Amino acid sequence: MNRFASFLLIVAALAAGAGTASAMTIEKIVSPSGIEAWLVREKAVPLVALNYAFHGGASQDEADKSGTANLVADLLDEGAGDLDSKAYHERLENHAIELTFQVGRDYLHGSLRTLNEHRDEAFDLLRLALSKPRFDADAVSRIREQELALLRRDTTNPNDLANRRWWQTAFHGHPYGRETKGSLETVPRITADDMRNYVRRVFARNELKISIVGDVDAKTAGALIDRAFAGLPAKNDLKPVPNASPTGLGRRIVIDVDVPQAVVTFGGQGIPRHDPQFMAAYIVNHILGGGSFTSRLYTEVREKRGLAYGVSDSLVWFQRAAVMLGGTATRADRTADALSVIEAEIKRMAKDGPTPDELVAAKSFLKGSYALTLDTSSKIGAQLTQIQIDDLGMDYIQHRGALIDAVTIEDAKAAARRLYGGNMLVTIAGRPKGLTSSGTTE
Amino acid sequence: MLTKPNFTHAALVAALACAPFAAEAAGPDVADYTLPNGLELVVIPDHRAPVITHMIWYKVGAADETPGKSGLAHFLEHLMFKGTAKNPAGKFSQVVARIGGQENAFTSQDYTGYFQRVPSDQLKTVMEFEADRMTGLRLTDDVVLPERNVILEEQNQRVGNNPPARLTEQVDAALYLNHPYGKPVIGWRHEMEQLSRDDAIGFYRRFYAPNNAVVVIAGDVDPAQARTMAEETYGKVARHGAMLPRIRPEEPPPVAVRSLTLADPRVEMPSLQREYLVPSFKTAKKGESEALEVLSHILGSGSNSRLYRALVVDKQAAVMAGAWYDANALDYSKFGVQAGPRPGVTLPQLEAEIDTVIAQLIDKGVTEEELERTKTKLIADAVYAQDNQASMARWYGASLTTGAGVKDVQSWPDRIRAVTADQVRDAARQWLEKRRSVTGYLIKDVSVRAEKRS
Repeated sequence: MNRFASFLLIVAALAAGAGTASAMTIEKIVSPSGIEAWLVREKAVPLVALNYAFHGGASQDEADKSGTANLVADLLDEGAGDLDSKAYHERLENHAIELTFQVGRDYLHGSLRTLNEHRDEAFDLLRLALSKPRFDADAVSRIREQELALLRRDTTNPNDLANRRWWQTAFHGHPYGRETKGSLETVPRITADDMRNYVRRVFARNELKISIVGDVDAKTAGALIDRAFAGLPAKNDLKPVPNASPTGLGRRIVIDVDVPQAVVTFGGQGIPRHDPQFMAAYIVNHILGGGSFTSRLYTEVREKRGLAYGVSDSLVWFQRAAVMLGGTATRADRTADALSVIEAEIKRMAKDGPTPDELVAAKSFLKGSYALTLDTSSKIGAQLTQIQIDDLGMDYIQHRGALIDAVTIEDAKAAARRLYGGNMLVTIAGRPKGLTSSGTTE
Repeated sequence: MLTKPNFTHAALVAALACAPFAAEAAGPDVADYTLPNGLELVVIPDHRAPVITHMIWYKVGAADETPGKSGLAHFLEHLMFKGTAKNPAGKFSQVVARIGGQENAFTSQDYTGYFQRVPSDQLKTVMEFEADRMTGLRLTDDVVLPERNVILEEQNQRVGNNPPARLTEQVDAALYLNHPYGKPVIGWRHEMEQLSRDDAIGFYRRFYAPNNAVVVIAGDVDPAQARTMAEETYGKVARHGAMLPRIRPEEPPPVAVRSLTLADPRVEMPSLQREYLVPSFKTAKKGESEALEVLSHILGSGSNSRLYRALVVDKQAAVMAGAWYDANALDYSKFGVQAGPRPGVTLPQLEAEIDTVIAQLIDKGVTEEELERTKTKLIADAVYAQDNQASMARWYGASLTTGAGVKDVQSWPDRIRAVTADQVRDAARQWLEKRRSVTGYLIKDVSVRAEKRS
């Protein structure tokens, strides 16, 4: 890096009006050290919200040490540089600075929120956490005990049991089949060196996605970004993660746990984010089981029959796999009924697709509701980071409506056949009456 | 607080219960009107995005139920989505969905709320629907009976399947000897199973009226226009003639230290919950509620709090430890303490450590450094809250239905700033008295061997 080159380059600026009134402008900036970020200037509230992601989440864990990335995320604010855990937290709290670190399968996500007046301090503390985490023995032991306590609790939690078994079965032998938080067997094995190794391999400037929202101009934003990230290594050192498809489809697995209500996880093959049929599938999924009070699953399972409090399904996509995943929770003596209603609705959607009216309504919802995901600084930051991860382009917010409108009823029917035409893997935790495990192990 | 549909929404609204949302600079912009029919309208402008959050809060909750009808306020909340004479079942939700909106509802001991988040040009549409269902609800057993099964499944999901939630129910029930806050908002199952259409309609006729409601609108709207729209929609609904004051049975002075143990075979992580009976913002003397707020943070919020430092870091007796206070209640509030032991530490040992921490705080008070750090955090929360129109709307709504006014909400940062170290120690001394409390243990039930089935 040329130390005299304190220039800041605004590569492009786009107005992204999500409909009417005020328009949000996204600027692509490059910091003096060459780190790219997306900036939205918002002067109404005197704060800065940063959102970022490093490629390399829990899928970088060794199989026998799953939970490593998660433990790292827990420990980044438990002492860094000259500051031990107590001193570090005091510095955060004295300035009301909020830092979060969260691990997904592919990415480690971070956020920072600070009042404008404390932003230098905030980005300094972030730099320490990312570049000089201490992993002191007492902090590691304390946080590990917390994680183990939660994992022990999960051993009788039906939600966790159903969900964990679904992923273990669908992605057996693949990093996506392992729980991000690890297991009672693997978490005790993780050492401070394992965590330092993770930090060294993952926290780098390439494949780093950054969004910054707040009362800050491009020049200042670039300087803040350098303050936190410029000292990181230029390149990460990731283990490749192979492509994968869910397996075990057609199986039903019942996990015995004595609870009044059985928890059901169901799912199958999904559709990759960059697949030409993605948007059609996204719309069809919304119609079947998306999160509104009008979906088919909600209507049939809850409204008409009162079988459950909640039922939904969604598309989930990663770098190396995509699934359709849904769930519900229902009383043990009616679990079989609820499951057969869900299966019948999925079959019907695969066979006939949505109706033209449903398609129109869903398009209208998906276009209109997008503005609701962009109404706070933190939500805007998270959304922009996800758009960068998905590589959808800076103008995605602008042309998303047109992508939705372009989906025809034929497209929707074809996507429905593909998405819902295959078999599902179903896991049930509880004591569902009349249901047993079935299907063969592949 | 309970929400209507999916568990994903629960966290959103539940956060309100103990979080002190506040906004320092938003004060002067907030408009507050009362329509001739008694409906209060609060408008919080935020023009950053072309969306609005529209909420109606009824001043009725589970604590207003007739004895024997527990869960009724929440059941009615569900049934409010079942249509009116003018708009048949599902129409409102379909319209909200078609315009790209989100909607939900929630019930607490003191209030019941309904909200829509929609593009700002659709505000009047949702106001029309909401005004229509204020008095136009039509219910038949065809929709009431399946919905009763839904709330029973909700009870299973929130409580039956969740041992710590079962313990909270028992602690609450033991804390209140006379006041209805001791009943769970979701209800007791045996009473929920008997709730009828007539129960719901009777409750609705008694409590749903413009002069028992607050409409809060946050977002991209001009207050004067919002007022006009409110007059043209809610303004047409007739005032309820006989709205009675909300007077609930009072608690006798607490005289006994209470403790209880819940054994559940599914418990793999034992825990301890304690609740003290303390004043709410409404019932507290000036400055007392704010002192309790600061006290709860110094005692048990974050990893530099007294409880976490002592129990988790220094003594290594616990894996987690914290405290909370909920100022928003019409009558009494609760001050809570909770902890989970490390393996090998018993719950009585853990409780003794907690008592030591509290005794030290009562004896020596808090440091200036702790006080300043906590105030900085709470006052910053006020600024952060302004970034979120939905948070702002919830904060005003919860305050205005539990006895506070718009000015009280606006003065929150100043009130926090004014808290002194002496006030915090005095609050601890007066209210964290063990006779005011119930301590609950959650342990594994080893008397029944889990039946094994394959």
